[in-house]
Amino acid sequence: MTVNVDHDTIVGRGNRDGAQLFRDWFADLTAAAHAQRGGAYVFVMGSLTELLRTFDFPIVFPEINSLQTAVRRIAHEYLGEAEDFGYSPDICGYVKADVATQLRGGDHPMGQIPKPTLAVLTNACNTYIKWAEIWERMYEIPIVTIDVPGSRAAGQASDTGSFESDRRYVQHQIEELIPVCERVSGIGFDIDRLRESMQHANVMSRSWKRLLDLNANRPSVFNALSDGTIYLGVANGFRGTAAGARYFAELVDEMEYKAEHGIGTLTEELYRLIFVGVPCYPIFRRFTELFTEWGGTFVNSTYLWFASGGSNVGFEYDLDRPLESLAEGLLVGVRDAMDSMFFQSELLVSMADDFHADGIVYHPIKSCRTVSTGLADTRRHVMKERPVPSLFIESDMMDRRVVSEAQLKNRVDAFFEGLAARKTRAAVTAD
Amino acid sequence: MSARLELFPAWRGKPIDEVLYECRELLEDMTFPTVVRWREAGGKVAGHFQVYFPEEIAHAAGMLPLKLRGAAVEPTKSDSHFGSYLCSILKTSLELVLNGHVELDLFVTHPICDAARNLAGIWGRNFEYPCQILYLPQNPNSTHSTTYLTNEYARLRGVIETVAGRAVTDDALRSSIEVYNHNRRLLHELYQIKRESPWLVSADEAYTLVAIGGLIMREEHNALLEAVLPQIRSRAVKEQDRIRVVFDGGFCEQPPLDLIRAIGRSCYVVDDDLMIGLRWILNDIPLDGDLLANLADAYVNDSSHSPVQHDLRKPKEQMLLERIRSSGAGAAIITAAKMCEPGLEEQVVHTRALDREGIPYFVTEFEENMTSFDHLEIQLETFVENILFD
Repeated sequence: MTVNVDHDTIVGRGNRDGAQLFRDWFADLTAAAHAQRGGAYVFVMGSLTELLRTFDFPIVFPEINSLQTAVRRIAHEYLGEAEDFGYSPDICGYVKADVATQLRGGDHPMGQIPKPTLAVLTNACNTYIKWAEIWERMYEIPIVTIDVPGSRAAGQASDTGSFESDRRYVQHQIEELIPVCERVSGIGFDIDRLRESMQHANVMSRSWKRLLDLNANRPSVFNALSDGTIYLGVANGFRGTAAGARYFAELVDEMEYKAEHGIGTLTEELYRLIFVGVPCYPIFRRFTELFTEWGGTFVNSTYLWFASGGSNVGFEYDLDRPLESLAEGLLVGVRDAMDSMFFQSELLVSMADDFHADGIVYHPIKSCRTVSTGLADTRRHVMKERPVPSLFIESDMMDRRVVSEAQLKNRVDAFFEGLAARKTRAAVTAD
Repeated sequence: MSARLELFPAWRGKPIDEVLYECRELLEDMTFPTVVRWREAGGKVAGHFQVYFPEEIAHAAGMLPLKLRGAAVEPTKSDSHFGSYLCSILKTSLELVLNGHVELDLFVTHPICDAARNLAGIWGRNFEYPCQILYLPQNPNSTHSTTYLTNEYARLRGVIETVAGRAVTDDALRSSIEVYNHNRRLLHELYQIKRESPWLVSADEAYTLVAIGGLIMREEHNALLEAVLPQIRSRAVKEQDRIRVVFDGGFCEQPPLDLIRAIGRSCYVVDDDLMIGLRWILNDIPLDGDLLANLADAYVNDSSHSPVQHDLRKPKEQMLLERIRSSGAGAAIITAAKMCEPGLEEQVVHTRALDREGIPYFVTEFEENMTSFDHLEIQLETFVENILFD
């Protein structure tokens, strides 16, 4: 597709507009908090915002709130407060930052977070369930778990025997959630509003998949770790909204324009990398620089898969049967998100092939067993399948006590020295 | 393979103390001789990770359901398959199969926690036999959860039939449920003794008797318990002036037997959640009608509680308080395995509830491979003395 716009306007628009949307979102949350409106607390894997927006809930993503404290380098204050309250240093840092946010009455570096009036969660991460139990006790609010059965084994995502049973189970739970939303919000369920919201989500899902596919381009059109995290924030915070749909349609325009004109990221792309895990938010910018300084750019990541709730699949709802399709979409998306954490080895092999990866960076973290438990074994498997060099570095997404920049740099530098030597050897062999 | 094959004959014809000695020896034998014997006789083994697994289905297929609960072994081979910041049970369970001490024909894990769910992928990348997640419902409050679980059990039955090479008939399943119903009644009786006369059976003895059930066929476990329980009741042991405590935090990774023994030296452990999966179903499962639906209904509606099941009908702290009250305990030991996220999170909920109720408690962490208990024992004795002399 040829986009007929001014170069300076379109290149970088996604990052600019994404940052603005983010500020707008937190301004809205702050206004809601000041107006004493309760928020619907949801999570990135299976947020069901398409449905919740029809009840006019302010949508709160505690994971995003928490990571923002790390990006703004004050997470340690929040973690310390939650640990003083009794939480162990060894549990999820997101949970603890949120506990402290609640203890502070919603005070957050980006504004004021409304208290929860309802929490809706899936089982994509077990910690979601334990986390919601905290709000249940703090505020005595309804918490609704939508249980989404995942793949039973590698390669069994669409096992026909259980898929329909699973979809019906998910649909029943959504139907049980609706009256809870009506009761809490005082607003009746409007299926046409749901259709409208789902239509916006369709645009976003389609665009998200296209966006990821476009990064197979050489040079890649965005950095999956730094730029990708901005897009991810909008994908979650604005799912099911007209603003979100418009943003992603324009983002695809931008990336198609860049692909068409051979415009890459700010990094001269010497090495195409895949990132596996969750970013190191306490030193977010520096962490990315450790790679870009060597000409390494992240062309894809499992983070963009699971933390988008499986939007990478590009599932589009059938608006003629909204509830059935919402259940199917939730099942397909959340299941894919879980697969990209629990059964990711074959996916990584395909990703390495499709995106012509020169290296894979595994980043298990203290805070998240969901993402991190299987990474060492996955690495062993992928190494057997493909001769793609890999780096295994451990730190955290929240807790600076376990982030050692110097050690990380040593490991990253050694990794790139290996990649450079490999490239030289390959060039010599080719001659 | 017949359930009549005796896997653990060593206890037969012996007095109670020798029986308990043999049980402890078996429990701590990291070569898993009962599993070896079963396989040597041509039997197949269904290994299932903590916490709960519907063993009846595997039993009805003639398989040995083996509860994988970690082990006191060094994870020399499995360590490279995992990163840091993980609980020990993940590593030692995999170690047992990587080092060849345990051979399985099927591995099943559950969505009990973020780490455990990863095991199906890890196991599946390293072994050829089926390695699966059994998706037990995590929304038991949905009216559809029992129907869903019935379908999930039917799926599991199909997998088991393929592995076992034989059909699981209704008659076989009914017979297995009957065996397990009897087993649950016997375990319930053992816990009755713990609650009513804890001086008759120490914490480590009771634990051993329960845990053995995960290593042998249930018919044999039933025979053992039938022989032992009357002997325990008739033991000539005097009650001592010890506080009664509930032990909490043993739902998945198990504390070392020596740790349980150390606690038992200071207190009477009148109830606990150790190996709760073997005692998950509270009453007899009906033997008529749709048997898989009965199993599913029992899991959802007639079951115990743990930190890894969220059920609006079972607020965790209320369940702990109920366990304390119903057992006549005066204090609680609130533990968690190191790096166990659900267990560590639960400690906050529990200690706040105990504070509100004015019930004294002792908080600690453990690891299955820990070998030194002196420090913990001194702390515990101080805790007990504070209560006794308060």
